[in-house]
Amino acid sequence: MKTSPEPPSGETGADPAPVLPSPQDPPYTLRSRRDGDRNLSGDLLEISMGPHHPSTHGVFQMDVTLDGETVVQLKPVFGYLHRNHEKIAENTSYLASMPYTDRLDYFNSMTSNWAYAISVETLAGIEVTERAEYIRVIVSELTRLLNHTCLIGFLVMDMGALGTPLMYAFREREKILDLFESLSGSRMMCNYLRFGGCRCDLPPQWLDQAREVISDFEAFLDSFEKLLTENEILMARTQHVGVLEADLAINAGITGPMLRACGVNYDLRKVDRYGIYDRFDFKVPLGATGDVYDRYMVRILEMRESLKILEKALRDIPEGPIVHPKAKLRGFRPKPGEAYGRIEGPKGELGFYLISDGKPQPYRYRVRPPSLINLTILEDMCLGHSVADVVVILGSVDIVLGEVDR
Amino acid sequence: MIDTESIANELKTALPGCGIEFVANPSPSAQSSLLIQGTDLVAVAQWLKDHSEYRFDYLSNVTGVDHLEKTIKEKVKKTQVVDGEEQEVEETVEQTIPGYLEVVYHLYSMPLRHGPLILRARTGNRSNDVALPSLTPIWRSAEFQEREIFDLYGVTFDGHPDLRRLLMWDEFEDHPMRKDYVEPDDYEYEPTPHGPVLERANAHQTPPSTDAPSETQSD
Repeated sequence: MKTSPEPPSGETGADPAPVLPSPQDPPYTLRSRRDGDRNLSGDLLEISMGPHHPSTHGVFQMDVTLDGETVVQLKPVFGYLHRNHEKIAENTSYLASMPYTDRLDYFNSMTSNWAYAISVETLAGIEVTERAEYIRVIVSELTRLLNHTCLIGFLVMDMGALGTPLMYAFREREKILDLFESLSGSRMMCNYLRFGGCRCDLPPQWLDQAREVISDFEAFLDSFEKLLTENEILMARTQHVGVLEADLAINAGITGPMLRACGVNYDLRKVDRYGIYDRFDFKVPLGATGDVYDRYMVRILEMRESLKILEKALRDIPEGPIVHPKAKLRGFRPKPGEAYGRIEGPKGELGFYLISDGKPQPYRYRVRPPSLINLTILEDMCLGHSVADVVVILGSVDIVLGEVDR
Repeated sequence: MIDTESIANELKTALPGCGIEFVANPSPSAQSSLLIQGTDLVAVAQWLKDHSEYRFDYLSNVTGVDHLEKTIKEKVKKTQVVDGEEQEVEETVEQTIPGYLEVVYHLYSMPLRHGPLILRARTGNRSNDVALPSLTPIWRSAEFQEREIFDLYGVTFDGHPDLRRLLMWDEFEDHPMRKDYVEPDDYEYEPTPHGPVLERANAHQTPPSTDAPSETQSD
């Protein structure tokens, strides 16, 4: 099929009459939803993927314009899960927003907690105890493990591997979620961190259980890689698909494994060295071509580095208090001012920007959502690919709609 | 940590005539910022991005902030002539600061690994047709975030390639993140009102009687 050389209503100038379907026409019309002139060349087809589509990872919609099977335009549509998280947080106390940050990225509640805690601690100048810093590193690296395994499971499911890899990933995830449940009382909505520390101390034998999970994880990663890394179908579907240039990635604010797959060495654990990350020795895996396969590989290697961090953290964790004695939980009113705090979440740079005017509520509470900003270049990556590749590229971006729409 | 104040001084010499003001941050975070006049924002951003010593190539975060009109009461001592004698009298002076919308940018440098440099730009008032220049042509990461501010705060970004609402639907008219936003009443969206919602809907929708309009209306 070819694009017709000129749009049908280009020169008439007059208001085009509404086209009513005649009896022999099919009972549907093909036209653009958003263009003002509502004209679309007959050779182009506009389809709306989502919001209820099994491969959009939630209620996310893409208006895709196709020439044959090739994508010529892709516009993401947001807002189906919008609940104005920021406005709600501006009407409650600082502490009351902590459980609500769990719902942003409901896969990684621990890292969302940490990003918020680190922002409030920067704003109010609260220090964190040694033991709590270790616990934070342990839970956030465990979160990275479960996010990356499940993401890879979803990614290969989008390519048609319907059950096996995802179920393997979920089995491992469940072990980590069991750890979180015994620690915080909840599998996913952990609400575990507090300003200046953590909510409660580790239960007895928790460290031993965690060591066991981690030693199993190493073997699981080996078998997972054996299944996938050199799999012919996975390589054919992902190599040179959705290539992203490093310059564009930096300019568009892409962060996390997406950015590092383009070969840009920017990991906030190394750059900011927040918490106690300066005590750990780990490498930052980088990709070379920036395609979907690199994103897959970067995540696998990142998990292996996380295991190293976890081993050391579980060995070195000291005894001591879990909340800094000077941290105030009730009646907390930071001095007027503002602060931006950020951490390296599993999906990218997760930041919170807070403005205080001395009241118990933040005057401004802003989430910097990595999932939303990583979608900026979705169209650039998808142009020229087929619809089946769009599904794979979107899967490799790693979004959670709770965070995109907030 | 970079020295925001020295960057402000360098900017003033490099771009004379630009409105640049240093804003201190009294909180323990000490993240001070630069207040840039809206018309000079693009020039300042381009300079910061291209300068070999700073190279702010990564715009991390764009935030909208709403500031309502404020009245500040200040006590001022004045000398006044009372009964032929000069006396010091305290007087309360009310000063009104008009409301404005503010956009805050957090800049980092990926190759040099420093930041954040915080820029802020303010609109003149908080009416519905306020505009600031868009930074999307310089940093693409502003694309969705400026759309979000346009959506939730009502700031128009001149030069944005695709300025539409991001989170709310296209037909929505208000800007929910503004501090004086009033939620719509239930009856406006309830298709089959009943109970107290129906009462409110009836009170709202009954047209006032033409004979005696003042008597039928009640609060």
